[in-house]
Amino acid sequence: MTTQTAHVAKEKHVHIWTWQQVVLVLIIFIFVLSCVLPFLNVIAISFSSNSAILRGAVSFWPSEFSTAAYSLIFSDKSMIRSLVYTIEITVIYTAISMVLTILMAYPLTKKRLHGIKFFNFLAVFTMYFSGGTIPIYLNIKDLGLMNTAWSLILPAALSTYNMIIMKSFFATLPDELEEAAIIDGANDFQVLLRVYLPLSLASIATITLFYAVSKWNSFQDAKYYITSRDLQPLQLKLYNIIKGSQAVDVASVEGAGSQSLSSSVSESIESATIIFATLPILIVYPFVQRYFVAGVTIGAVKG
Amino acid sequence: MLVLPVAFYLIFCYKPMAGVVIAFQKYNLFKGIFGSKWVGLDNFKFVIEKMRDFPIALYNTLLLNMMGLIAGFPVPIILAIMLNEIRSTKAKRLSQTLLYLPHFLSWVIIGGMVLQIFAPTTGVINQLLLSWGVIDKNIPFLTDGIHWQITYTLVGVWQSMGWGTILYLSAITGINMELFEAAKIDGANKLQQVWHVTLPGIRGTIVVLLILNVGQMMNIGFDRPYIMGNPLVQDYCDVLSTFVYRAGITNAKFERATAIGLFQSVVGLIMISLANLAAKRMGEQGIW
Repeated sequence: MTTQTAHVAKEKHVHIWTWQQVVLVLIIFIFVLSCVLPFLNVIAISFSSNSAILRGAVSFWPSEFSTAAYSLIFSDKSMIRSLVYTIEITVIYTAISMVLTILMAYPLTKKRLHGIKFFNFLAVFTMYFSGGTIPIYLNIKDLGLMNTAWSLILPAALSTYNMIIMKSFFATLPDELEEAAIIDGANDFQVLLRVYLPLSLASIATITLFYAVSKWNSFQDAKYYITSRDLQPLQLKLYNIIKGSQAVDVASVEGAGSQSLSSSVSESIESATIIFATLPILIVYPFVQRYFVAGVTIGAVKG
Repeated sequence: MLVLPVAFYLIFCYKPMAGVVIAFQKYNLFKGIFGSKWVGLDNFKFVIEKMRDFPIALYNTLLLNMMGLIAGFPVPIILAIMLNEIRSTKAKRLSQTLLYLPHFLSWVIIGGMVLQIFAPTTGVINQLLLSWGVIDKNIPFLTDGIHWQITYTLVGVWQSMGWGTILYLSAITGINMELFEAAKIDGANKLQQVWHVTLPGIRGTIVVLLILNVGQMMNIGFDRPYIMGNPLVQDYCDVLSTFVYRAGITNAKFERATAIGLFQSVVGLIMISLANLAAKRMGEQGIW
């Protein structure tokens, strides 16, 4: 190492915590706190006793620690079933979506494709214009998908936005790869499967993540298409629990005055349910978030 | 290869597009599109003249989107510039990770948390403000119209700030480092560097995101207003998406709700084209 670089490194180290840096970090820290504190509050409520919540003693740390809410949730068979069912739907949806996305994105990077402009337009136009809620709803009805798991899987199975991200990735791979494989006698599907996909694992992981998160979080489709109790995914179930207890809250504002005991019982259960539904995301989040960043960035460049 | 995805587009995107013709019909569910009677623009007339909630929903949609744009657009730009200046890589990475966590959560979960945190009596924010003596009576965050709209906007800013920050950060990293060096040599301080180098450097990204936002003025998601809304603020939280849901699916007035949706789609398409055109006039790249 030359003396010059050593000097630079030392200088960097000395300058790292100037007062400007401290102020900057503090400001950012406030924003970061705003993302963390809500969770702490909800977690605290979920582990607190009813009387403590009623007294308003719970802020960011549980008061009169209790796991009653969680044992109630885990003893509720329909809750566990809904969790499993939501995982199943998410897995099937993501698998179908990936197949469709790759099958659309890959050919669109090949200039020799006849009508490439037409197919491109076919996809992109749907980003700016849609039939609207009701025609889409009637379409699902016509297809006989109402109250089936397929109504949650098929209608959004291909996201043009994700398809464009995938396409822009395929486009970065050199054409020579394909030419070499074709000389070796491979057909289009073999080229895609054996040459392109193994080279695209990182972006496939990213898009898979996008699809899985969007399905796990989707609420609107379930609200529209599912009326049967047994087919409710987790988000819809959670929504019904939240709305049920909110009705009590609103009633207490409107005039009834003091809060009834039942509303505070549902408060800790509600919090516990929120945490229950968030947990899967929080568990996978640290491992997948870097793929997420990569995907957002590609999408932006292309955007 | 294209057979499956094209079939998807035709069945789930283009078939409903053809379905908009029922906006011009007196639609009968049993007779279908081909058996129903054509009524011209009657449905549109009815929606505009007779449905009291339509102008309210339209106004709220534009207002809430506008509030979100004004409050939310600058935040990620500022955050990205600040994050970029932070030299400790650990602090930087950790804050980024936590900042875009809300983007991963569903609106049901966020809505549930909001209902608890801003709740009129047991909510932690009212409790803390009361105990610190900042306020002497509870703030009706979710039960008074204007308060609800402000809460709605701030929650939106909170949810999307991290995601926007990633975009701008990656745009900033794309700026040629030599420009900063040159500015430093010319005696520019940090703020001047931000103004003369960083901001012009991410201008393209800012413009593209602005076009997309302006073009989306007529569109509003269903989840957020529907989940955060409540009957006490009905006239403040009702937007086009929730109105269409109520009119179309709850009350089965399919043709009227379709007319509203069609109006929304067409105006939206015009708006995004105009925004794109304006950007191109200003010498930017635009989105198509």
